[in-house]
Amino acid sequence: MTASKARGIEAEGLVRKFKGGVTAVDGIDLRVEEGEIYGFLGPNGAGKSTTVLMLTTLLPPTEGTARVAGYDIVKEGQKVRASIGAALQEAALDPFLTGLEHVRLQAALQGLSRGERKKRGDELLERVGLSEAAGRKIRGYSGGMKRRLDLALALVHSPRILFLDEPTTGLDPQSRAALWDEVGRLAREDGVTVFLTTQYLEEADALSDRVGIIDRGRIVAEDTPAALKAGIGRPSVEATPADRDDVGAVKRVLEQFGEEISAPSGSAAVRLKSGGVNLTDVVRALDKKDLNISGLELNEPSLDDVYLAKTGRKLEGAGEEAGEDEA
Amino acid sequence: MSSMVLTQMASLSRRSVLRVFRQPEIIVPALLFPLLIFGFQAAGLGSATKIPGFPTNSYVSFLLAFPLVQGSLFSAVAAGTDLARDIETGFLNRLSLTPMRPTALLAGSLVGVVALGFLQSVVFLTVGIIFGVRIEAGFLGALVLIVLTMLTALGFGGIGAILALWTGSGEAVQGIFPLLLVSFFLSSILLPRDLIQTDWFRTVATYNPISYLVEGIRSLIITGWDGHALLLGFLVAGGLALVGISGAALSLKGRLGRT
Repeated sequence: MTASKARGIEAEGLVRKFKGGVTAVDGIDLRVEEGEIYGFLGPNGAGKSTTVLMLTTLLPPTEGTARVAGYDIVKEGQKVRASIGAALQEAALDPFLTGLEHVRLQAALQGLSRGERKKRGDELLERVGLSEAAGRKIRGYSGGMKRRLDLALALVHSPRILFLDEPTTGLDPQSRAALWDEVGRLAREDGVTVFLTTQYLEEADALSDRVGIIDRGRIVAEDTPAALKAGIGRPSVEATPADRDDVGAVKRVLEQFGEEISAPSGSAAVRLKSGGVNLTDVVRALDKKDLNISGLELNEPSLDDVYLAKTGRKLEGAGEEAGEDEA
Repeated sequence: MSSMVLTQMASLSRRSVLRVFRQPEIIVPALLFPLLIFGFQAAGLGSATKIPGFPTNSYVSFLLAFPLVQGSLFSAVAAGTDLARDIETGFLNRLSLTPMRPTALLAGSLVGVVALGFLQSVVFLTVGIIFGVRIEAGFLGALVLIVLTMLTALGFGGIGAILALWTGSGEAVQGIFPLLLVSFFLSSILLPRDLIQTDWFRTVATYNPISYLVEGIRSLIITGWDGHALLLGFLVAGGLALVGISGAALSLKGRLGRT
């Protein structure tokens, strides 16, 4: 195994079945290279967290194998754990301890000496911008502060591989952006390999070098965000008539340019046919029918379009539709 | 035992003690509830000492074992609820990802309970002494009494930990408290066994190990040094601690589930 592989993640045919016959992960193959940020994108219940639990050795797989940092997740769990850091879904913190106490506890459990504990604790709290709040109990922290502390705890023993399970769920845009910056910095400057699960398209798009889209326990697409979107190829047009009664007429006009796709109420949208169609043609056709248009948008393909193309469903709400709770 | 395990144990114990003493919702009921019942029972049942054969003239002295043992029952709930909360919040997963030894976690979790047991014993003994209780076994006896109470708290704490690790639910752990309380009242806590007139009650109290915990503690207060009662008390408390800790260790192994 090369040094590169030794610091990455490889999985083959990973399966996890639960009691009652639920298959949360249904044969996942993936490879994450050293220093790469791999975005694992999917709705609630798709199998993201179960995959993370298996890769972090907290849940044995039912079938398949995986190596993390070059170590087998089943046979060499202890070595895997020594090589990774993880911030799992929901920042698991003790509301009665302070931020500093958390870092010191984590450092002690990781086997750092007393001197190292203090130095590393101060350094990490400063890095995630929590030096001033270090002496405050967690129950007084905001969601963003908890997530940043969670990240600091995952980094205490300087792991080469970091697992982040939905690290920005529930955060405000500012906190989200701050966390993205920090994760990006870890990969770029420190060469940390990051395996990040998310249900946010923009997060996967902005942060990941490569994205794996998971649906119902299977990876349905995997590539760089740009390549995935390019694979879908065609942009879409969405038109909103000034008079809601004209939606049907607008739809009929748009259908000349491509196949209908779902659109918000009061609008119509189509995925444009390949080649030759531009927005001017659409405007002319609408004008020809005397339709008064209050909004017209040309949308480049998004990861949501990729998800739709691969699964036949929109990512938003797909988890609720599946009606599953992720393990 | 390696220095790393000792460091882990010390760190988790510190956390456990900090958690307990930073939660007034645990400390206040753990001290107040047993004292209130103790006060009401002592005020209402004082004339029980007139029953022929009653072992002391002071019902307050007789009943002081009540808050001491009942306080330990709180330990079961406190330890279990804390551990269940760690499971529910994912904190246990965080710990599982470190090289933490299960024994360190268990010992760490139970140290908080034992510390609470210590605080309870000191407070209840002090209150008892203020209300005229004289510890017949003297100062050394009081120390032994505190040790026995802490051992009892450790045993009940272990039982609470088993429940938490089995169910992973704080509510389930708290749900066991009424059952423990019933078993507590079905002992010799309010009357000496030989003065219980109802046959089934006396039989249940005789087979109920809590009776021997109570009698061990009580002997130090009202009798002095009663080797037999003390031995039985320590055997029951030690057995409870052994069962609690071994059961919790096994349950923890299953719960951690890491490869």
